[in-house]
Amino acid sequence: MATSLHLSLAASAPASSLRSSSTFFGSSGVLARRSVLVGTSRRNVNLVVEAKIREIFMPALSSTMTEGKIVAWNKTEGEKLTKGESVVVVESDKADMDVETFYDGFLAKIVIGEGETAPVGAAIGLLAETEEEIAEAKSKGSEQKAPAAAKPSPVEEKVLHPPAPVATPPVAAVQVAPEPAAPEVYRSGRIVATPYAKKLAKQYNIDLATVAGSGPSGRIVAEDVEASAGKAPAPVAASVPSVAQPAAAAAPTPAAPVAPAAAPAPAPAGSVAFTSMQAGVARNMVDSMSVPVFRVGYTVTTDALDALYKKIKSKGVTMTALLAKACALALAKHPVVNACCKDGKSFIYNEDINIAVAVAMDGGLLTPVLKNADKVDIYSLSRSWKELVDKARAKQLSPAEYNSGTFVLSNLGMFGVDRFDAILPPGMGAIMAVGASVPTVVATGNGLFGAKNRMTVNVTADHRIIYGGDLAVFLQTFAAIIENPTELTM
Amino acid sequence: MEATLSCENLTHTVGCVGKARLGSVRGGCKKAAFGAYNVSWKARISVTRDLGVGSVSSRGVVGKVANGELRVRAASGNGVAPKEFDYDVVIIGAGVGGHGAALHAVEKGLKTAIIEGDVVGGTCVNRGCVPSKALLAVSGRMRELQDEHHLKALGIQVGAANYDRQSVADHANNLATKIRGNLTNSMKALGVDILTGFGSVAAPQIVKYGRIGFSDKTITARNIIIATGSVPFVPPGIEVDGKTVFTSDHALKLEWIPDWIAIVGSGYIGLEFSDVYTALGSEVTFVEALDGLMPGFDPEIGKLAQRILINPRKIDYHVGVLAKKITPAKDGKPVQIELVDPKTKETKDILEVDAALIATGRSPFTKGLGLEKINVITQRGFVPVDERMQVLDSEGKPVPHLYCIGDANGKMMLAHAASAQGISVIEQIAGRDNILNHNSVPAACFTHPEISMVGLTEPQARALGEKEGFKVSVAKTSFKANTKALAENEGDGLAKLIYRPDSGEILGVHILGLHAADLIHEASNAIAMGNTIKDIKFAVHAHPTLSEVLDELFKSAKLDEHHAAVETPNQVKSVAA
Repeated sequence: MATSLHLSLAASAPASSLRSSSTFFGSSGVLARRSVLVGTSRRNVNLVVEAKIREIFMPALSSTMTEGKIVAWNKTEGEKLTKGESVVVVESDKADMDVETFYDGFLAKIVIGEGETAPVGAAIGLLAETEEEIAEAKSKGSEQKAPAAAKPSPVEEKVLHPPAPVATPPVAAVQVAPEPAAPEVYRSGRIVATPYAKKLAKQYNIDLATVAGSGPSGRIVAEDVEASAGKAPAPVAASVPSVAQPAAAAAPTPAAPVAPAAAPAPAPAGSVAFTSMQAGVARNMVDSMSVPVFRVGYTVTTDALDALYKKIKSKGVTMTALLAKACALALAKHPVVNACCKDGKSFIYNEDINIAVAVAMDGGLLTPVLKNADKVDIYSLSRSWKELVDKARAKQLSPAEYNSGTFVLSNLGMFGVDRFDAILPPGMGAIMAVGASVPTVVATGNGLFGAKNRMTVNVTADHRIIYGGDLAVFLQTFAAIIENPTELTM
Repeated sequence: MEATLSCENLTHTVGCVGKARLGSVRGGCKKAAFGAYNVSWKARISVTRDLGVGSVSSRGVVGKVANGELRVRAASGNGVAPKEFDYDVVIIGAGVGGHGAALHAVEKGLKTAIIEGDVVGGTCVNRGCVPSKALLAVSGRMRELQDEHHLKALGIQVGAANYDRQSVADHANNLATKIRGNLTNSMKALGVDILTGFGSVAAPQIVKYGRIGFSDKTITARNIIIATGSVPFVPPGIEVDGKTVFTSDHALKLEWIPDWIAIVGSGYIGLEFSDVYTALGSEVTFVEALDGLMPGFDPEIGKLAQRILINPRKIDYHVGVLAKKITPAKDGKPVQIELVDPKTKETKDILEVDAALIATGRSPFTKGLGLEKINVITQRGFVPVDERMQVLDSEGKPVPHLYCIGDANGKMMLAHAASAQGISVIEQIAGRDNILNHNSVPAACFTHPEISMVGLTEPQARALGEKEGFKVSVAKTSFKANTKALAENEGDGLAKLIYRPDSGEILGVHILGLHAADLIHEASNAIAMGNTIKDIKFAVHAHPTLSEVLDELFKSAKLDEHHAAVETPNQVKSVAA
């Protein structure tokens, strides 16, 4: 902060030689024209033609500085820059310095995000002369990125993926927000959003026009943007892979709470923009790729479970509740599978065992949560499940009822699916995909063949915290509970 | 501000009070000159004093010690005291300015009365600095407890921090009550007559007071000091209902915490409230008519303040727009704020928020003072004064025996400036010419971290340098380099010194950082005393303390005799270019 400094442009000298200059602040901030072709430089030769896209280099703020940390970008991508304006704040050993631009243009791309470090001379951002060049600069920016010797930033990730669609979706949007305020979503013209909501929208690159406001008078509040961005647990629900499944099929078992839809409607023609929920799902799916996941499957014999279900079905017990209970009891013995990892550095062990169960809705998906499923008895659990499903249909689930899950259960067995593979929603540790229980000929322990009902479950987990051994023993416990289900009714 | 009167030796009491109250302002010689009066009374030695204001001579002062508390009662008509005046000084308004003047007047041996129509303490104590500091103390702690990352860095683990609104509000109210009590007691104890009612000037040297419309009591005063202060300024078109659209007066009661509040005006009042509201969970939208936030601050400090105090918080802003119309929430509709372009008057946006705080400044409270009777015309409500705070009539001539201090004259709308002006006036009444150097009066904004300043901003200093033909240099130090700040994990901040490299004169100092409001006094005292950087750079600072930020700042200043070339940001820019 001690000194304000201009980014200067070296139109005719290669960046590498600029860095060796040693006047006041060495090479200071340097914007080099892309047109400068440096044979040995890291720049891609085919970029030479783009004369109007400039790199913003990490400036050398002192003679001893070898790398700098970006304290803050004062501008966001796409924002207009005026000569003399402070663009970025760089931290040196002693002070933060404002780095200003000497050129009018647009900040096309931030290569090094806030809080990250880059060596002196590395490209930290790109400046486009005209608005049209922003996209071009962005696409080239990813090529720049690799040699920039910096960790990929979340900002970067965002940029690489297309932002939420702007167009008004022609299809009815499913309200993720608890309040059924859907008609107010697409106001004409004016958008009322709170300061924090706006900040988040900018951060997540979300068009506020696509966000449904749940606040007073339909104002968009932070939670709405988070939901839309898939950051809040609400859209975690939306990220469960079965969202891809058509909700049209009839639900054959009580475990399928979805109301059967009518005959399939003809597919709309042409390009149909995502609804905000679908945009959230899409973003979440992409985000999920940042988590290293693996899968472990297990085939469980369900004869005993089926018998139990038949016996207590009349008391209102549902298969979903039984499966959730079984998961919860197994999780109680293997707490790490009930944990999650949010910062990439630590385990977050969840005190409660809350089973989120994916439920397909028209054009979307929700995950009502069965709280404390390990402690609540099976009858109460079944009752609360019914209530949750009713609320979900009426779109009246409160956030706590869909975002407090610690483990996800996704069951496609009712459709006859014998096995599938679930994507782990961001913020969760593990998800179990349950297939149908089908009569199978098996070799029994006494050397004979026999028909047994068997179902395949497949758990996807975050390998940063949950290892193969953890899942194996968890599944073993789970199978034992299913195969000897007396515990479930206790 | 308050003096606790519990001296065992009466002989020293009055002088002691003066010292406790005004210690930093007064030189030892003055104390000797005027303190002598009390000593002489005790010793029953008759001393003839000439205070240079005519025939004020020995008046009876009755003192008694009860419960360790001193009461000095002024009694008129003793000895050769003039019959024609009831008081030597009558002060209209018992805010911080009036209080400061009253205490100093007593110390000078002047018979003093203070007229208050509302509550002792005025805006500062009841509706301003004091209760807001209580709220800011809460917001500072909330911020600390909510900053998980910061606490973690220190190795502290804390559960979710929460607050009880009513208790916070009570804390602010209790503080105001306590300070008000202290102020009242300090004046009573010294023998200042506190008269209740609204005061007005009836004729030269005559003051009327009493209930509004029934000002039936008349007193005569050799000197009158107007210290009626100010009230929040509400621009036309804004409807204040005190509930959803309100001023700082209501906001300090903290009756509720809106989810989203618009703050109209981004000066220090608005800034402090944004600190309070965001710490307590509100989101804030600033509406500023000027083109940038925080007008009046040094631009560089403003820029950094925006980075630290605005950008990371749940705050957004509209600058260069006027809040033309504000309608309070009604019938389930939110507060509506119509923003217009100040030049074209074109409607630019309509905000819908839960509440709006009007912090567009303050306007003088000078109506009904009767100034027109003595040919004084207020300017936008402000009472015109000269550099000695003497009121000017419509021809620009000083009105004898009539002074105006504090917000009512608009010179520098700060509580301590009012008090300093009051002391300066009393000095003159007591026969010592005194002109307050307003450039030495510090100002502070109690955000987290705090902002403080004294003297000129960099653009002001450069303009002055240009005009008067001297060179202006700037030195800066960062809190990042300060051990104590780093120990507190509060390295955000900057101290900036604007000075003359030829003479070493300090033109201005601006600080943004931990405890900036406390740190500024080293600089403001130096300016007041006329110390130059040459002197002050050799002063020793304890290590490790935040005050070393200023130590380093003074030491980093490059004076011409040491260095031919002086670095200034402009030069840096040109080299980098």
